[in-house]
Amino acid sequence: MKKIEAIIKHFKLDEVRDALNKIGVQGMTVIEVKGFGRQKGHMEVYRGVEYEVKFLPKVKLEVAVAEDKLDEVLKVIQENARTGEIGDGKIFVSTLEETIRIRTGERGREAL
Amino acid sequence: MKRWISFILLILVTLVPLAAFAGEAVPAAPTASIGLTASNIWMMVATFLVFIMHLGFASLEAGLTQSKNTVNILFKNTMIPAIGLLTYAWFGFNLMYPGEFNGFLGFAGFGLPFPTVAGGFLDLSYNEGYTYWTDFLFQGMFAATAATIVSGAVAERIKLSSFLVFSTIFVGLVYPVVGSWKWGGGWLDSMGFYDFAGSTLVHSVGGWGALIGAIMLGARKGKYVGGKIKPIPGHSLPLATIGVFLLWLGWFGFNGGSVLSADPALVSLTLVTTCIAAAAGIVGAMITTWTISKKPDLSMVLNGCLAGLVGITAGADQMGLNSAFWIGLIAGGLVVVSVMTIDKLRVDDPVGAISVHLVCGIWGTLAVGLFGAMAGVKQFATQLIGVGAYGVTTAVAALIIFSIVKATMGLRVSEEEEFEGLDVGEHGLEAYPDLQLGTAGKGSGI
Repeated sequence: MKKIEAIIKHFKLDEVRDALNKIGVQGMTVIEVKGFGRQKGHMEVYRGVEYEVKFLPKVKLEVAVAEDKLDEVLKVIQENARTGEIGDGKIFVSTLEETIRIRTGERGREAL
Repeated sequence: MKRWISFILLILVTLVPLAAFAGEAVPAAPTASIGLTASNIWMMVATFLVFIMHLGFASLEAGLTQSKNTVNILFKNTMIPAIGLLTYAWFGFNLMYPGEFNGFLGFAGFGLPFPTVAGGFLDLSYNEGYTYWTDFLFQGMFAATAATIVSGAVAERIKLSSFLVFSTIFVGLVYPVVGSWKWGGGWLDSMGFYDFAGSTLVHSVGGWGALIGAIMLGARKGKYVGGKIKPIPGHSLPLATIGVFLLWLGWFGFNGGSVLSADPALVSLTLVTTCIAAAAGIVGAMITTWTISKKPDLSMVLNGCLAGLVGITAGADQMGLNSAFWIGLIAGGLVVVSVMTIDKLRVDDPVGAISVHLVCGIWGTLAVGLFGAMAGVKQFATQLIGVGAYGVTTAVAALIIFSIVKATMGLRVSEEEEFEGLDVGEHGLEAYPDLQLGTAGKGSGI
């Protein structure tokens, strides 16, 4: 099993969610996050003074998938979250040791 | 059966004395003329409108400051009308309107000794436009606004207890005493100084208190770091916008009620000049902030609206449309430049109170000598004297009060408390305990 953490732009969230639903991804977790990458921050003006907003708001979605689905899911996220502009975000993949469905006690693939 | 008896007894006990009195010559209650009744209703409506300005100030200040200090801001803004009304009832009203006096300081005694006619009824010949009670309440609502102005400039760092002590003295003693110089018929009134609804008497007086307070407190931590200005954005521009619209609404009463009667021509003219100036203030601020900052800043435009309103207040009944427009437009530009300049001078005023109320209050007062029916060199000079007299007296008074408070109670909260927020530090309460703030969602729908 793999855990995918994708940090994307807010307005792309609905597209990504719908596309993942279509290929059979049945659940995800979404978190509001702040951070910076190559895009860095941006400048804002308040009462005549410019200042840098160093951490930009993004949304992070976490999806757990079986290994044979990984490439398809990554492709779908990438295709749907992409605008081509700097600041589109990043996807991290890591190995997931265990998954448990709390209600039934199912483990592993069954619990995904 | 017993119940019936007691019921009949009750009726007898209530009605018999009435029947007994019926034969006596009861002095007729004075009948109010239709003119007084109508006029008094308008003055009471104006009083309601000035009252709602306190909610406007509360919303504006809360919106332009950080969410960790919202309870503190709202607490102060709740205490101020309370303190203002009580002190005004106890002695303020009679300090401000002492009747015949030496022109500098007079006092007509404690409490509200309302004038009566035979039989103990309220004397309706008190004024053609309003009753004694209306007069007190309308002026009492005004009094509290002067202290509210200070609240914004000292926000996010002043100790609550120190602020309350300052406000009580400022609104209880300073405001009515200097107010008597003009509205109480004192020396500036005799000289010909004109301030229709309080560009100087209310707004500059509050503004001087705000300036002295902001200087003595020093800036909020993190505002000026390493020679740079670091903005501390307010937490809710929607709240600030609601506040400004409430204040604009309140100004219909603030200026319209200052006619002190329901005079149809004068009240309606005053409302027109007031609104034209507010509109021009908004436009003036927009042009200025867009030109200087390359972006049109909402908080500045909100200040611009208030700047126009403060600017027109001194001469709202003396101006035509063109004059009202120019006074408002200039005030709107002035307030933006002033906010930026005061920031560069390292005087930290989170809501722009000094720029709106002091700078534009002075501008509006001087504008009476430049525009409208009273314009002239002599009038301008008199207006200057008035501005100077109020400036020196109020600033010195504020300096003395703040210094005594600082020496005895201290002015500022501790650095840790300022960092954690005054809501928890002063009140043990949060304004938004169930909202996670600071993770600005940009329309993600989650």
